[in-house]
Amino acid sequence: MSYLELLKLASPEAIVTLTALVVLAIGVASGRGTVVAGVSPAKPQESAAGTAASTVVCTLVAVAGLIVAITAIVMLPPNADLFRGMLVISPLNSLFKIVCLVLALLTILLASRETSNYGEYLAIILLAAIGLLLLVGSEELLMIFIGLELTGLSLYLMTAFDKADIRSAEAGLKYFLFGSTASAFTLFGLSLIYGITGTTSFSAIADKLNTQMLSPLLFAGIAMTLVGFAFKIAAAPFHLWAPDAYQGAPVSSAAFIASGSKVASFVVLGKIMLVGFSPIHGSADWHAMVVGWSPVLAMLAAFSILLGNLVALVQTNLRRLLAYSAVAHAGYTLLGLIAGGREGFGATLFYTTIYAFTLLGAFGVVALVRRETGGDDLQNFAGLSARSPLLAGCMAVFMLSLAGLPPLAGFFGKFYLFSVAFAAGASHGLLWLVVVALFGSLISLYYYLIVLKLIFQTQNAEKFTASPIAHSVLPRMTIALAAAIVLCLGIAPQFLVSRILAALP
Amino acid sequence: MIIAWTIYITFAGAIAALLLPRTFSRLIALLTATASFAISLSAFFCGDLDLAHFTTIVQVPWVPALSMNYHLAVDGISLTLVLVTSITAVSSVLFSWDVTERPNEFFFWLLLVVGGSFGVFLSADLFLLFVFYELVIVPKYFLIAIWGSTNKEYGAMKLTLYSFFGGALVFIGIIAAYVTGGSLDLNQLAQFQFSPQLQSWAFPILFLGFAVLAGIWPLHTWAPTGHVAAPTAGSMLLAGIVMKLGAYGGLRVAMNIFPQGFQGWSNWIAVLAVIGIVYAAAVALRQRDLKFVIGYSSVSHMGFALLGLATANVLGVSGAVLQMFSHGVIGALLFAVAGRMIYRRTHTRDLDELSLMELNRALPFAAFVFVVASAASMGIPGFSGFAAEITILIGVWKIYPLAVWITGAGMVLVAAFTLRALKKSFFGDGAANVRLQQGCVALDADWNEQGRITLAEKLGAGLLIFTTVAVGVYPKLLLDRIQPAVEAMRFLKTGG
Repeated sequence: MSYLELLKLASPEAIVTLTALVVLAIGVASGRGTVVAGVSPAKPQESAAGTAASTVVCTLVAVAGLIVAITAIVMLPPNADLFRGMLVISPLNSLFKIVCLVLALLTILLASRETSNYGEYLAIILLAAIGLLLLVGSEELLMIFIGLELTGLSLYLMTAFDKADIRSAEAGLKYFLFGSTASAFTLFGLSLIYGITGTTSFSAIADKLNTQMLSPLLFAGIAMTLVGFAFKIAAAPFHLWAPDAYQGAPVSSAAFIASGSKVASFVVLGKIMLVGFSPIHGSADWHAMVVGWSPVLAMLAAFSILLGNLVALVQTNLRRLLAYSAVAHAGYTLLGLIAGGREGFGATLFYTTIYAFTLLGAFGVVALVRRETGGDDLQNFAGLSARSPLLAGCMAVFMLSLAGLPPLAGFFGKFYLFSVAFAAGASHGLLWLVVVALFGSLISLYYYLIVLKLIFQTQNAEKFTASPIAHSVLPRMTIALAAAIVLCLGIAPQFLVSRILAALP
Repeated sequence: MIIAWTIYITFAGAIAALLLPRTFSRLIALLTATASFAISLSAFFCGDLDLAHFTTIVQVPWVPALSMNYHLAVDGISLTLVLVTSITAVSSVLFSWDVTERPNEFFFWLLLVVGGSFGVFLSADLFLLFVFYELVIVPKYFLIAIWGSTNKEYGAMKLTLYSFFGGALVFIGIIAAYVTGGSLDLNQLAQFQFSPQLQSWAFPILFLGFAVLAGIWPLHTWAPTGHVAAPTAGSMLLAGIVMKLGAYGGLRVAMNIFPQGFQGWSNWIAVLAVIGIVYAAAVALRQRDLKFVIGYSSVSHMGFALLGLATANVLGVSGAVLQMFSHGVIGALLFAVAGRMIYRRTHTRDLDELSLMELNRALPFAAFVFVVASAASMGIPGFSGFAAEITILIGVWKIYPLAVWITGAGMVLVAAFTLRALKKSFFGDGAANVRLQQGCVALDADWNEQGRITLAEKLGAGLLIFTTVAVGVYPKLLLDRIQPAVEAMRFLKTGG
């Protein structure tokens, strides 16, 4: 294989890398200018204008790069396999590469001018996006670990990026400490699996495991691998970083952590479990549990759903509330993987995708309200509908979709997930999980409605600034776009479902 | 087919009401409701449809991967309920003609409830039906939490959580039917032979889930608090339409696709229904808030509908559908008087306070309407309530003679609390506490002059009264369309 062909197949990653470098260069160049202007306050206006211009250029370059990368993905051949699974191009991988890049794109649009050193910030988002591409595009354990680390390190930095806010630093540190521990577990688990099977490629692992009994060592390896992913998707009890990170990080970082990183993690988790470890699926049926990874995931799911929803009930900060609800949603999403099979994986992928768009939009609203009112406690949202009907309407779409009400995408997603889980297993053995999930949805409706009640009740709104929220057009349009996606995928889910199912082997 | 347009027109109207300037919103709402009323009337009288079977009118693939279709169908039962929905919608728009606080959003949510209900009654696909069914939940929350009165946030949240809880049960039942039957099409599922073991657990879950919304005892407690907290139009829609969604779902989905499960559990439904009738009537007798009285009366009346369903014979089930229609009209009328005519003018619904006001002289038209509504609610011959309840009781007599005796006692209680409410609210014996000026009344604490009964109120009340009398005098009009559809259902016990 020639290098040229290799470059062609890896062109999306290469394009995003180049874009990241260019953005970084622009950022660094303009940043030096700012420092100079800082020591000589003679021409502050000029330097401010220069920074603004460089911000716009950075954003434009990043957006253009991502669009080119998406085009490149579309142009790739439908199937290719490099170095025994290190870089695999398949319809599924390409679809989710596109989803990840779109999420990164929306994050960049939302982030406009959120922090200082904007060029560096964008470059880190792009680096995280490369990590996601590697995660999604690989079917080999080592490469996946590299992807995990690249994403993780970028996200730690993004979390701690707000130098003016001590909570951002705290969140970054917590995220880093938990994350690196989880990575260590994953790496250890992967090494055990490699030791047992002698290979790191998914399909080869599956072939080996087909002839092997489930030994305690193998089970330990799988469980340790799961720890790292449970951390990534914020499933309880590995969720402890999430509330702090969601609350302390710059809002766009939190949005990216909750959307892009989660989608990619679910794609990889699904592929590892359903392809690599498929011979030791086990069974999570109520009366007939069989040892394997699915009972472990079932425990994680049930625990996440109950804990996330119950703790979210008492939150007074919207970002913390979203964090705990994210824990619960990770639990719902796992149902599809536990059910297994093509249908189950499809349901999980659909749900995690629409969830990512929903949360991205919700965080967008939070960002705008935070800029306006200086905080993101629930009280800051009181009377939002009088101040900005558009944002209030979009927030209603996001919250109701999270609660799972029609005609929004969350409703269809839950229906799909739960029906798949119900159908799986002999004699509806997963009914218990479906009941737990439905019970969790019932609880969650309460706190989502509380948020909406605050937003739409205007009697007490006079206490807060009654001024309409007037802000840059770009974030608003991004939020409206996310709301439109959530609504359209609710009315016409076929659009995404058919693509996912067609991409699944 | 034209009847499907009720759904589209209503949703389009909802969006128009939200987006256009607020001065137009009530007009748009009225136009929308009237248009769907006209459509359902024309379909009812001039339609050339086969009303004996659930006839497909629209079928478009929606999510082929999961065999979901956008599939609408109609038969006599659903047409009857579409008709009562549109009647209630028109009158509830008329009775909220005076809503000035954020009218755009108010009529948006109101029309969403109406449109969702049309959708439920016309759906022939389980998933579609469930979508519409859940779609109705959130608008109710906002209608009550924003425009409601007395304890509105509590009432709204309680109602919403109960509805959602019912929805969750329905969801399990639907998935069970879907996964085992392999289809979401109601007509196909109605032919499918589910195993008796599945039916024995799936039926009660599904039926109970729907019955939560129909106010089955002991899961009825959302109804009185929700009705009381809701704005007038909200209570009218709740009593008139939303409670019917539950009963309809129980009939169309639960009973029709799990007939054996139904036969196993019908006795229990009858027991719960009878308890509901008597219990709610007894509780209503002790209420001081006029809306609570009416709220409990709704539970009691819906008990009749559930009892009729439990008989599983043609008369009982047809009577139940007729009762849904009849209570939709009567319940809306009662709430209109209590919420709009009395409360908006006196700012109280306390029966003891009202009894000091001599409202029959202050608001003679309201008194007239309330007398008619009470008479209809008590089941006086000549009104639709009588026709419905007598049909149900004849059906019940064949299966549960004892239940007829108990509900007979319940009907005495209904008469008692209705007369008590009527006496206290309009014909109190207090000294004239009211300043009368040529038909204008000043009743509130500040003695601000309140207008006389408006034209909109008169129109709305007139429509509802006309309907209940027309159906009461000539119930065959509806029964001719309901009965063939009921006879086509497969759960009927022989000899019904």
